[in-house]
Amino acid sequence: MAMSVTMDQVVKRAKDSFGQMFDKSLHDLVRGIRNHKDNEAKYINEAIDEIKQELKQDNIAVKANAVNKLTYLQMLGYDISWSAFNIIEVMSSNKFTFKRTGYLAASQCFHEGTDVLMLTTNMIRKDLNSSSMYEAATAMNGLSCFINGDLARDLANDIMILMSSTKPYIRKRAVLLLYKVFLNNPDALKPAFPRLKEKLEDPDPGVQAAAVNVICELARRNPKNYLPLAPIFFRLMTTSTNNWVLIKIIKLFGALTPLEPRLGKKLIEPLTNLIHSTSAMSLLYECINTVIAVLVSISSGLPNHNASIQLCVQKLRILIEDSDQNLKYLGLLAMSKILQTHPKSVQAHNDLIMHCLDDKDESIRLRALDLLSGMVSRKNLMDIVRKLMVHMDKSEGSHYRDELLSKIIEICSQNDYQHITNFEWYISILVELTRLEGTKHGNLIALQVLDVAVRVESIRPFACNQMAILLANAHVFIVGSNTTTVAEVLYAAAWICGEFCSYLKDPQETLQAILNTKVTLFPGHIQSVYYQNILKIVTHLIQSSNNDQAFTKQLISTTIEKMSTFLSSGDVEAQERASVSLHILKTVLKLLEKADFNINELSVLFEGSLNPVAPKAQRKVAVPNGLDLDAWINEPPSESEDESVVSETHYDSKGLFYGNSENSYSSNSYANEASSYQKPRNYVEPTADELEQQRESRKQSEQMNPFYLKDTKKSKATPKTETPTTTTNGNENLQSSLSKGAIPSNLQVSLSDQLYRQAKIDEENRRLKKKSKVDGASSKKGKKSSKKSDTVAADDNDDDIYPTIKVTRGGELPEGATASGNEDNDDDNNTKVGNKNKKYDPHRALNIDLNEVPKPIPSPAQPKQSPQKPVDVPSSPPPESHEKPKKSKKKATAEKEAKATNSKTKLKKPERSDYKELVSPVDDEETSAPPPPAPSTIPNEKPKKKKTKEKKSTSKTAAAEANQPAPLLFDIMSDEIPSSNQSTQQQNEQDLYKLAAQSDNLTVEYSIISKTSAAELDVTFLLKNRTTSIIDHISIHVVDSMSSKVLNTTSANRISFPNKSNQTENDTIEFKLNLPCSQYLRRKSLHSDVFVDLMNSGTLTSQSNVNISTDKQNFTSIINTICQSYRLTIVDNVNSAASLYAETILGHPVALLIKSTNSPSNISINGKSTETHFLSNLLEEIQTSFK
Amino acid sequence: MIKAILVFNNSAKPRLVKFFEHYPEEVQQRILRDTYQLVSKRDDNVCNFLEGGSILGDNDCRLIYRHYATLYFIFCVDSSESELGILDLIQVFVETLDKCFENVCELDLIFHADKVHYILQEICFGGMVLETNLNEVVARVDEQSKIEKQEAGISAAPAKAMTALKEMNLPQKIKDIKLPDLNLNLRF
Repeated sequence: MAMSVTMDQVVKRAKDSFGQMFDKSLHDLVRGIRNHKDNEAKYINEAIDEIKQELKQDNIAVKANAVNKLTYLQMLGYDISWSAFNIIEVMSSNKFTFKRTGYLAASQCFHEGTDVLMLTTNMIRKDLNSSSMYEAATAMNGLSCFINGDLARDLANDIMILMSSTKPYIRKRAVLLLYKVFLNNPDALKPAFPRLKEKLEDPDPGVQAAAVNVICELARRNPKNYLPLAPIFFRLMTTSTNNWVLIKIIKLFGALTPLEPRLGKKLIEPLTNLIHSTSAMSLLYECINTVIAVLVSISSGLPNHNASIQLCVQKLRILIEDSDQNLKYLGLLAMSKILQTHPKSVQAHNDLIMHCLDDKDESIRLRALDLLSGMVSRKNLMDIVRKLMVHMDKSEGSHYRDELLSKIIEICSQNDYQHITNFEWYISILVELTRLEGTKHGNLIALQVLDVAVRVESIRPFACNQMAILLANAHVFIVGSNTTTVAEVLYAAAWICGEFCSYLKDPQETLQAILNTKVTLFPGHIQSVYYQNILKIVTHLIQSSNNDQAFTKQLISTTIEKMSTFLSSGDVEAQERASVSLHILKTVLKLLEKADFNINELSVLFEGSLNPVAPKAQRKVAVPNGLDLDAWINEPPSESEDESVVSETHYDSKGLFYGNSENSYSSNSYANEASSYQKPRNYVEPTADELEQQRESRKQSEQMNPFYLKDTKKSKATPKTETPTTTTNGNENLQSSLSKGAIPSNLQVSLSDQLYRQAKIDEENRRLKKKSKVDGASSKKGKKSSKKSDTVAADDNDDDIYPTIKVTRGGELPEGATASGNEDNDDDNNTKVGNKNKKYDPHRALNIDLNEVPKPIPSPAQPKQSPQKPVDVPSSPPPESHEKPKKSKKKATAEKEAKATNSKTKLKKPERSDYKELVSPVDDEETSAPPPPAPSTIPNEKPKKKKTKEKKSTSKTAAAEANQPAPLLFDIMSDEIPSSNQSTQQQNEQDLYKLAAQSDNLTVEYSIISKTSAAELDVTFLLKNRTTSIIDHISIHVVDSMSSKVLNTTSANRISFPNKSNQTENDTIEFKLNLPCSQYLRRKSLHSDVFVDLMNSGTLTSQSNVNISTDKQNFTSIINTICQSYRLTIVDNVNSAASLYAETILGHPVALLIKSTNSPSNISINGKSTETHFLSNLLEEIQTSFK
Repeated sequence: MIKAILVFNNSAKPRLVKFFEHYPEEVQQRILRDTYQLVSKRDDNVCNFLEGGSILGDNDCRLIYRHYATLYFIFCVDSSESELGILDLIQVFVETLDKCFENVCELDLIFHADKVHYILQEICFGGMVLETNLNEVVARVDEQSKIEKQEAGISAAPAKAMTALKEMNLPQKIKDIKLPDLNLNLRF
């Protein structure tokens, strides 16, 4: 005892004095975790507590050890971001070992959002420039993982310098790191690019490879900017021996060729040479891929075209036949690319691909499946599907089976069933597919059956009776588990049997089968279809009964009896349908008893045939004049109004369907019937007794039903014997008739096989017949070839031996609408763009034209006679300008002889999503102001000028008036701010000219307005002459920044004024124009509902908030100020909270929620947007403006 | 681009996790699990490529992996990488490990997870291939180990001594050592 006490003390003392030495090393930690398998989490939590203690110590070695352990724990999934500061401490150690530990931890857990990163800039700079190349490399490696926009901007120069280091070890890392810099700071790309290009010819192959790597990454996203580099790459391709480099270059060419077909033609030869010569499979494979890409991009005009394809296919066949599974996989992958353009070349290898379907590797089987769809023709479709069906039986794994199923349907249905010659066969295939266990494609099968039945009229009788068999065996589907959706097919079956019930062999039997099914166990939408179609079949039966009153009565009453159980359906929609159908039947029954029944009244419900509707049809329906779809048809009911009023308004609304006789007719008949069956509604509600009875019978049936809670397998295997059992709990009358119907209930297993054989025999017969015909008529040959050329889909010569079956292709469209795909595509594009906008893609910002030479300043040979012309911006002037020139003129005249002019320069914001506060580098103005000219010339000149100015301003006013109302109206309509206030505010806003620069001679003022239509800003400059001299000319030289550039530079660079002078004096003003991010906002009104939807949609992923304390202002005025100065629009304003909205000029939404918390002087602003940087900068701007 | 490099063993225990894009820890673990699910059920004689689908968020992801004894080496790459090239790269990586650890086995990776990272840093940089020459990589790793040893030579002497001490059977030896002395002796 005493001994252990002393030992504890000893250990403790030792621990105190040695710190780290008694701490766990990484080794100890790992061992400890392995020894605590049962309570790992607890052990690790203890370890983390220890680590926290260790991090508090001053000893850097202890800290490094702790950080090293944290890095390990991070791998196990523990969040270690809390230790970010300690990690930086370790990174800043002088010792390489610790530094490396720190950088490793940082590279694992830091990311661009880590806030301590801003502390690291100088430390990292120091490490980058370290004399030890390993330290520099460590820093670069870390930086590659956690670089953010700020670091990228601040360290870009250091990294550029490292690119010319003497050590290749450093150089190649710097080159690779540059890519990360570009991603985080797109502005760096253009200035750095020449250096990067140089590195393509670096003496060190490693550096060269790195440069190729970076350029390939850049070019992959924006290939067209890198086309000019093709010659360099071409040379590299023919000289380099490094397979890595070659692969990258060849891949790059694959991306470039679609843009430049000439390049492709040049590439074919060296690539073919490589294909022949290389022994590296990886290189061979990439060459083939690029050759394929080239061949895809050049459609014709290449002599060796076919030879190249043949070479590729031949090489790919070698790959596919290889015993290496990897080569086989890649071979199939490349084959599928050839398939898209040269299906025939691939079809020749049919055998090989079918063989791959038997492969033991699922990935390979899936790839082979992909190829199948391109290989089917009328001739081989049945064979291929048959093989797939065999595979389906053999295969294990539901994923692969589902793939097979959807592939079968895909290849059969492609191009509107182009390859199907025998629809009986196809229907029976679909029926067989429903026997697939656990498939998730039930829906697909159902849609397919429906589609075929609707489009192929001739198949309806067959389809109908097949579906009747399915319905008779519906119990098989009931028992299925939740994972399968195969019951969906009953949806199609019920609908087809109902809609085309005239084709049913024995409609009564089918009806009884339907009625006897425990329909209520199905999903709601299937139930609904069942109930609806019961009515159709009943109608059909009555219609064809030749007024047999007794039969009709008996039929209806048994149906009513059966259907009343369906009223207890749990699904609202289904219950409603059941109820409606039931009431119709009851009404019919009542009328029958009164001998007042006319079958037409019933059959009219289902008159007319349904045709397939084109997917775009709804969109093509033109909105009739005067119909406002957004307007309320009736005022929304207040909550106090009761149901009856609502139903009344419902009937009122039938007036909507004007001009459609059929519709109004049916709605009338509905209305009539509705009035007759509305009243008795209550009595059909099952009484308590009835319910009790039903419950009892249900319990009983559950007990007796052998399928309840049982597996499907058994029931499927022997459906015939078990069918009667299921019906025992049903009505006895019907039972007997159903047992008769149970005979065909055996799902004819081999039906498709029978049909397949039959089809083959038919085909053979037809072929023989044709042959004899051809033999007979010698002129047939020419005919055949001509036929081939005009049938587009002709893929084999035997095409005409197949019967042509009429398939209703496409779908119905409203009159006048064409099925052009354009509109649709546009829509798709829009949505695509929209989706892209949601996700921040750094590569969009890197879409920079690297060959753009800085625009030469136009020669000063401007027409001297019309001084004002150059000022006119070619595009239509923005609305605000008409006020300005007047004003400036006034001021100018006030300033005695001064001449004022305003020149407009448009700064365009190019596509980029990073809205840092933009500083366009230097806008320098060169003004050569001559000294006061001879007084005699002035009076001559002045009136002239005035005139032109006046003219201009009036014309502008006219233009402006045309422009102005729209945006104003927009704001007025959407805002709660008093409209007059708003409009004057807006004008005031526009009038705000701010001082940009000033010299002794000249004042430069500017005002910025965002355009409502394009992603541009209008910047209007107002130049004022401060001297008494007359300005001879003004040259404006604008240096674009990376993120914004001047549009319409052509005419406004030099403004000359006609006057002769003998003395010259030059003055240059240089100034930067700050474009705060709020300038990139555009007013956009939004309805509050849309706003709420937007907020809930989850697309606004970026959030930011600031708190502002203001003095004295009341809340509303603050809101108004914010709105006015930042171009926001109020969406909603409730007491002390308001939501504001605006769009950036690129259309990104920006939503702000402003709340006054506690006191009115304290205001919190919550912002949401898709653009993180922009939002935070905007809020910062608002915050600073309030300080 | 290589998006991630994962090494885990046959029972899904991670041995190396390197993501070249940031994912929160829980997402990293999910990706690990998903990848394991995909890879572990595959036989050894099937192909080494897998469609990664949306495992890493976007759809441009392929898993290229190799299975060595108890360990899976998985590279998640996008379409700009050559499949066979990456397969070779995995081989280079494993051979380098084999040289650096002298007959590498799973235990080496378990206890030297940091060193595995340092080796990987010589091969792959920010998701791009940096060096594929085995000897070059090994030489650089060795040089850095040398620096580490030099630095350890100065400062780690006490640590080494203490490790030695810990290895001793403390309860028995403790009597023989006068602690104050020890204290003095070791505190340079």
